[in-house]
Amino acid sequence: MRCLLALALLAAPAQAGEIWVTNERDDTISVIDVETLEVVRTIPTGERPRGITFSKDFTRVYICASDSDTVQVMDAETGDILHELPSGEDPEQFVLHPDDRHLWIANEDDAVTTVVDVQTRTVVAQINVGIEPEGMAVSPDGKTVITTSETTNMAHWIDTESNSIFANTLVDSRPRHAEFTEDGTQLWVSSEIGGTVTVFSTDDQSEIAKIDFEVTGVHPDRVQPVGFEFTEDQKSVFVALGPSNHVAVVNAETFEVEDYILVGRRVWHMAFSPDKTLLFTTNGVSGDVTVIDVAARAATKTIKVGRFPWGAAMRP
Amino acid sequence: MRRGLTALRAIVLREALRFLGQRGRLVAALVRPLVWLLVFAAGFRAALGLSIIPPYQTYIAYETYIVPGLCGMILLFNGMQSSLSLTYDREMGSMKLLLTSPLPRWWLLVCKLMAGSVISILQAYAFLAIAALYGIQMPWQGYLLALPALFIAALMLGALGLALSSFIKQLENFAGVMNFVIFPMFFLSSALYPLWKMAEAGRVLHSICAANPFTHAVELIRFALYATPNLPALGWTLLALAAFMALALWGYDPARGMMRRKG
Repeated sequence: MRCLLALALLAAPAQAGEIWVTNERDDTISVIDVETLEVVRTIPTGERPRGITFSKDFTRVYICASDSDTVQVMDAETGDILHELPSGEDPEQFVLHPDDRHLWIANEDDAVTTVVDVQTRTVVAQINVGIEPEGMAVSPDGKTVITTSETTNMAHWIDTESNSIFANTLVDSRPRHAEFTEDGTQLWVSSEIGGTVTVFSTDDQSEIAKIDFEVTGVHPDRVQPVGFEFTEDQKSVFVALGPSNHVAVVNAETFEVEDYILVGRRVWHMAFSPDKTLLFTTNGVSGDVTVIDVAARAATKTIKVGRFPWGAAMRP
Repeated sequence: MRRGLTALRAIVLREALRFLGQRGRLVAALVRPLVWLLVFAAGFRAALGLSIIPPYQTYIAYETYIVPGLCGMILLFNGMQSSLSLTYDREMGSMKLLLTSPLPRWWLLVCKLMAGSVISILQAYAFLAIAALYGIQMPWQGYLLALPALFIAALMLGALGLALSSFIKQLENFAGVMNFVIFPMFFLSSALYPLWKMAEAGRVLHSICAANPFTHAVELIRFALYATPNLPALGWTLLALAAFMALALWGYDPARGMMRRKG
C-alpha cells in the first residue's frame, strides 16, 4: 500500500510541493505552494528561527530557534510543535545525518558542534570547534561532517565515528555555508566577507579552486556569498550573494561564473522545487522569496513572506 | 472605399520612401533611445533592483524598467516628426496636391497618421530587438501584444503632432515643439521613473505625471510587453487619441480652423 502511495505521489504533477521558509524576525514559517506560488500557511515557531530541515519521510520538520536556544521538532502536517531537542546555545544551522537519526548542530555562541539523537532526544556528543561555528554539511556516505567557523575562518572535518576533528582547512573570511557534491568527491564552502567560494577535494582536503564574484554596478564589499545549491545534473551551482541582491550561477566543472540573476534584497538561502526546475531564494531585507526558473536562469516572480526570511526547505 | 484604400497605400508608401530616403533618420531614431538605454541606464545606480510594481512580478534592473518608456520616446519623436512634416509639405506645395484629392480631408489626415504610426512601430520593434540582444527580453506573448499597444500609442502621439502642426506656420518651429512639448511630455511621465517615485518628489509633480497622456501610453506599452491587461491606460490613451484627433480635424478644417487664418 505504501509503495502504491509512493508511486501515486511520483506520478502526481511535478510541480506539487511546498517551500518552507523561516522568518527570523517574525518567529514564523511561511509555507509557499510551489504550484500557485503563494503563501498558503504561516506557522508560529520559537524565537528567531533560522536553519530548517525535514526528516527523510517529511513528516517532521526540525527548526533552529536560535534565540530560544533550542531545536524544535514540528509535525509537518499540523504545524504543531511536538517537542524540543537539547541543542546547546544559539543553534543557527544544522544538518541531518543520512541515518535520519542524528542532528549535527552548530552552536554559534559556544564554539561547539552538538550531536543530538532525535529519537532519544539526548546529546550524544559535543565537539569543540572554531569560534562562531555556522555552516554544516554531511558527506553522502555519512562518514564526514563539516562545521565552518565564522571567526576562525576554517572548515573543520569531523569523523562521525569517533566524533573528532581529523582535519582543518583554512578558507576566506567568515565561512557561512558548506555543501558536499552528490558523489562526495568535493566540498564547497562559501566565505561571506572574503567574497569567495572554495572547493576542496575530499580525498586529501586540498583546495581545488576558489571562485570569485563580480556583480556589475555593485560594490565588491556587498558581494557576500552565503547559501548555495547544486542543480540536479550537478553541472551548475546557484550561489546566493547576500546584499548584492544577486544569485550567481557557477559552472561546477570549470568553476567559472556564468550568470548573475537579480533577486530581492540580501539573499540568504535557497531551496529547489521537488522537480528541481524552480529555485526559491530567501531575501532577508526585502522580506520576500524570489522564484528562479533554473533552466532559463531568470527570476520569474517574487513572493512576499514574513520579516527577514532566512532558511528554506522543500517538502514534496 | 477602394479609392480610400488606394490613398492610404499611397500615403503610407510615400512616408516609407521618405523614411528610407533619410537613412540618418532611422539611425537617429535608434541612437536616441539606445543612448538612454546603454549609457544613462547603465550608469544609473539601480543594479540592486527597483521595488516591485505591476506588471513586474519580481525585482528588475533599471535598464529593464526604461525599455517601454524608450519605446514611447521613439513613438513620441517620430509622431511629432512625421506630423510636423506636414508643415514642410505645406511649404513645398505637395500638400496642395494632396488636398486636391476628392477624398474627404479627415480620411487623408487619418492616412497620414497611420503612415507615420507604421514607421514608428517599425522603429520601436527595431529598438526592442536591439534591447533583446542586449539581454532585456520580454515574454514572447509580450512582443505580439505590444503591436496593438504601440499602434494606439503611436496614433495618439501622431494625432497630437497633427493637431500641433495645424497651428505651426513654419518648419523652424520644430525646436519649439521639442522644448515645449516633447521634453516635458517625456520627462513628466512614467517613462524614466515609476509614478510612486514621482509621488515622493512632490504631489504636484505626481499629479502632472499621472495626467500626462504620454504616461498612459507608456504604461499601456509596458503592460502589453508583459502580457498584462491595463484597461485604465488603454482608456486614457484612446480618450487622448480622440481628443487630439478632433483637435487636428478642427485645426485642418478649412471653414473654421487655423488654416483659414493662415490663408
